[in-house]
Amino acid sequence: MADTPQSGPAPDVPTRLTTADGKPLKAALAKAQAAARRRAFLLVLPLLAFILITFVVPIGQMLHRSVHNEGFAVHQDIGSGVRTPIMTNLRDWFAANPQGTEPDEVAYEALVKDLVVLRDLKAPGQAGTRINYERSGSRSMFTKAARRAKKIEPPYKEAMLELDEDWADPELWQVMRGAVSPYTSNFYLAAVDRERDAAGDIQRVNENRRVYVTLFVRTLVLSILITAMTFILGYPIAHLLATLPLRYSNLLMILVLLPFWTSLLVRTTSWMVLLQSQGVVNDLLVSIGLLSDDNRLQMMYNRWGTIIAMTHILLPFMVLPLYSVMRPINPSYVRAARSLGATSWTAFRRVYFPQTVPGIGAGALLVFILAVGYYITPALVGGADGQLISNLIAFHMQKSLNWSLAAALAALLLAGILALYWIYDRLIGIDNLKLG
Amino acid sequence: MALPKHASTLERVWHYSYLVICALIFLFLMAPILVVIPLSFNAEPYFTFTEKMLRLDPEGYSTRWYDLLLTFGMQAPDAPRDGSWWADAWANAHWINAAKNSVIVGFFSTILATSLGTMAALGLARSEMPARRTIMAILISPMIVPIIITATGLFFFYSSIGIQDWGIPYLGVILAHATLGIPFVIITVTATLVGFDHSLSRAAASMGADPMTTFFRVQMPLIMPGVISGALFAFVTSFDEVVVVLFVGGLDEQTIPRQMWNGIREQISPAILSVATILVVISIALLTTVELLRRRSERLRGLSPG
Amino acid sequence: MKLRTALMASALTSVAAMASAEGEVTVMSWGGAYTKSQVEAYHKPFTEKTGVKVNSVDADNPATPIKAQVEAGNVSIDVADVEFSDAVRLCDEGLLEEIDLSILPAAPDGTSAEDDFIEGALQDCAVANIVWSTVVAYNTEAAKNAPGSIADFFNTEEFPGKRGLRKSAKATLEMALMGDGVPASEVYDVLDTDEGVDRAFAVLDGIKDDIVWWEAGAQPPQLLADGEVVMSTAYNGRIFNAAVGEGQPLDIVWDGQILDFDLFVVPKGAPNKDAALDFIAFSTDTQRLADQASWISYGPARKSSGALVGLYSDGKTEMAPHMPTAEANLSNALVNNFEFWVDKDAELNERFNAWLAN
Repeated sequence: MADTPQSGPAPDVPTRLTTADGKPLKAALAKAQAAARRRAFLLVLPLLAFILITFVVPIGQMLHRSVHNEGFAVHQDIGSGVRTPIMTNLRDWFAANPQGTEPDEVAYEALVKDLVVLRDLKAPGQAGTRINYERSGSRSMFTKAARRAKKIEPPYKEAMLELDEDWADPELWQVMRGAVSPYTSNFYLAAVDRERDAAGDIQRVNENRRVYVTLFVRTLVLSILITAMTFILGYPIAHLLATLPLRYSNLLMILVLLPFWTSLLVRTTSWMVLLQSQGVVNDLLVSIGLLSDDNRLQMMYNRWGTIIAMTHILLPFMVLPLYSVMRPINPSYVRAARSLGATSWTAFRRVYFPQTVPGIGAGALLVFILAVGYYITPALVGGADGQLISNLIAFHMQKSLNWSLAAALAALLLAGILALYWIYDRLIGIDNLKLG
Repeated sequence: MALPKHASTLERVWHYSYLVICALIFLFLMAPILVVIPLSFNAEPYFTFTEKMLRLDPEGYSTRWYDLLLTFGMQAPDAPRDGSWWADAWANAHWINAAKNSVIVGFFSTILATSLGTMAALGLARSEMPARRTIMAILISPMIVPIIITATGLFFFYSSIGIQDWGIPYLGVILAHATLGIPFVIITVTATLVGFDHSLSRAAASMGADPMTTFFRVQMPLIMPGVISGALFAFVTSFDEVVVVLFVGGLDEQTIPRQMWNGIREQISPAILSVATILVVISIALLTTVELLRRRSERLRGLSPG
Repeated sequence: MKLRTALMASALTSVAAMASAEGEVTVMSWGGAYTKSQVEAYHKPFTEKTGVKVNSVDADNPATPIKAQVEAGNVSIDVADVEFSDAVRLCDEGLLEEIDLSILPAAPDGTSAEDDFIEGALQDCAVANIVWSTVVAYNTEAAKNAPGSIADFFNTEEFPGKRGLRKSAKATLEMALMGDGVPASEVYDVLDTDEGVDRAFAVLDGIKDDIVWWEAGAQPPQLLADGEVVMSTAYNGRIFNAAVGEGQPLDIVWDGQILDFDLFVVPKGAPNKDAALDFIAFSTDTQRLADQASWISYGPARKSSGALVGLYSDGKTEMAPHMPTAEANLSNALVNNFEFWVDKDAELNERFNAWLAN
């Protein structure tokens, strides 16, 4: 360092503040701050790495399946893990012939050759399942044709059509053209009830198979409804808690916090006990004569079950942010408004309510985000029409085993939630979240 | 909240109806939790209050469903209840094994979540922390991402790395539950750090304390309530979690929620309600602990009015 | 500290328990009364004879975890008990071990296993153990009039009350058509056409608001006993056990029953494959299959077992008339067409889901 401590300020040389050992103060400060930043970051690093590995990577991997499915491109032997490309002849034919080309004898020859390979690898079921995702009924065409593939002789087209005339279906060829590449957007199309027709254009699926858009919309509607219900129920009690003296409000607060701390499954079970047709509420209504024994209300295993139970479960997530906003509101504002001649309603509407809006925003966004992704409660009490999109994701994960479609649905749901999460973070700040 | 003397009749009517409405909402919050408690002592296998129960006839009540929790899955449930009967129950009863698994998983995932989470919260609370907002958002995200998505992602991930062959039982579930508990630890610990007066650490440092001493003698006692309530949240999250266990857990890794899930779907006998009652009692105990901690924390920081 | 030591100790014992688990085989089945019958008739004698421990685990449908486990390379079950169409489908997809049928013992009179099993009961990757059926059951106390035919199930005018149905297209669509008067012999021809599927859904539309859906086989007897539904489709053995075993007021309408096999399969990469094959050979011999029928009213898959079926485990109920294969119960019975479902499962379930959601 060339700079040395100067004995006195000189008008032509700008004063440089330095530390005792002669370094410029600015640099020393920057260095100290960099060290502090590093220290802070090092504290966070283990957890960040942990979350990245055990959470972000797995989810990314899962979402990758929504665009990647190699069922019609590569066969992986389960025991040895050996990977063999399949449908290679057909892929070459597709590469050489543009979209819309009528499959000729060469194409059928490629198909038969590939079927022989499938047969040897015991993979016709795998390849057929991949095609079956997009064109129902194709699965058995592959297994049957592969069984006889070795005996098929030219002319191949004729022989294949004799096996099953559906082999000439242009839609089938369109699906195969898409599936020879492991990357596809078709699962996203399926997740919004769309498909490609024989010419490759996007169209809506047949009316009686449309389900995902309906379910996304229902999830949205029910979540909005549940958010509104928690607001309607949560606002009055948050207000009561915020205006009572602390020693009372702390006691009442336990009534909000206890459900919050109680197992989700316990609360769901309780609602089943209360609401089923031979349950407590129906018994009560029958015994006081409001209902006849034959007309018991069906409040469980349908949409109502989902709405009631979820409102109950999510209510504390609305009350707590509201309370934390309402508590510090100075009551003298409302009193001032009253003394200036406002009716109590006007005072509430013009003075008190606007001050609580941040709490409403925080609570509503939180409840909505949580409601959109709910799984357990609708699965147990929702019956058929109380199911949400999460339940369908679980269906494709566990039952139909169409993992790519499950991943595409999950990706759409996740995108919506992350958008809301981003808004929440912008408007309220995720670090302002408080839990009791 | 008291009504002023000059309130009009209309205001009085409104005020009292408001109180009634609030009472009803509190009833809505509490009723479902409380109604299972008496029904778990039902002598009959139904979910309704029998006449005998309503007459408070002792015959209408029994502890048979609690007994069933012990005997379900035992090899010789009808043997005389001596030492070997209890040993049988301890080793074979499904619910006892589920409880053991839940405690093991809850304990280790809580330790992991709390230690990593507290450290990170200390870093995040520093003003020098780079990219604070983004990192915070990433760390909280396990709470926001729908559980079904997390569970499926973890299932494939753990299978692909072959975690079940590492020979550590419950490892997958413990790691997953730690991930789910971390946001709660971060939130509660950062909340206690918000009120933390940094001049205290500087004072300690100026008097010659090294950073470790400062941390353990000054910071630690002050943030301890936040750490403990974060740990309790993490434990409850793990103790209550069923979806991840269903996807990731091995067949012998039955936890209490998983056992309940099976029970609810197969036959919801009042035995489920007795488990529910026990869990409610546990949550009351936990809630009391958290409340006491909160008061202690406020007293330490001089925030509370009383 | 004490708590901690105790926890560590119990964690360690479970490690030890896992490590020593060499002589064991894990069998996945359908839970409830059915699993119990298998434990009594197969698992316990098998352990007694070979010393190999049998772990029993349950699933709503054991076929569904197999694909996930095999593809993820994380197989924890050795033997699974699955339906016919699932066995064929999983085998086609290369997810099952092939079973060498020569390991199966001959019947006591020397008839070879291949001749002794009912037609279709032996597949490349699967060995059937029982014939079971989906039936309509009703609560005799809650039902105002006793239903007599499958059509009554879909007639909520004369037979009011909630209905329980399995939440799946399979069996539900066939029942709907039979309820609409389609004879059992024509059901699959009708269902193979778009009009037939529309017709089935139209029948279901008529009772849609009254349906409570179930998924696990143990649910329908519970729903019926609790009075949550008046009538329900159910697995016949579960109803038999609830009615005869537990004395619940339940009865079966055999008209329109749908017969199916349950088969044992071994997932590819099963950790104890040899023990699994031993278990299958042991469990499907003539005596074991007959024994199982004394615990639940499912028909044995071997012809030679039929003569050995006697009384229910209560010691007084004759099993024969309760079997789905009893002559009197077969007057209008449908045999599940596995080829139809292997092919159409995805399509019809998709449509079924759409119908449920709308």
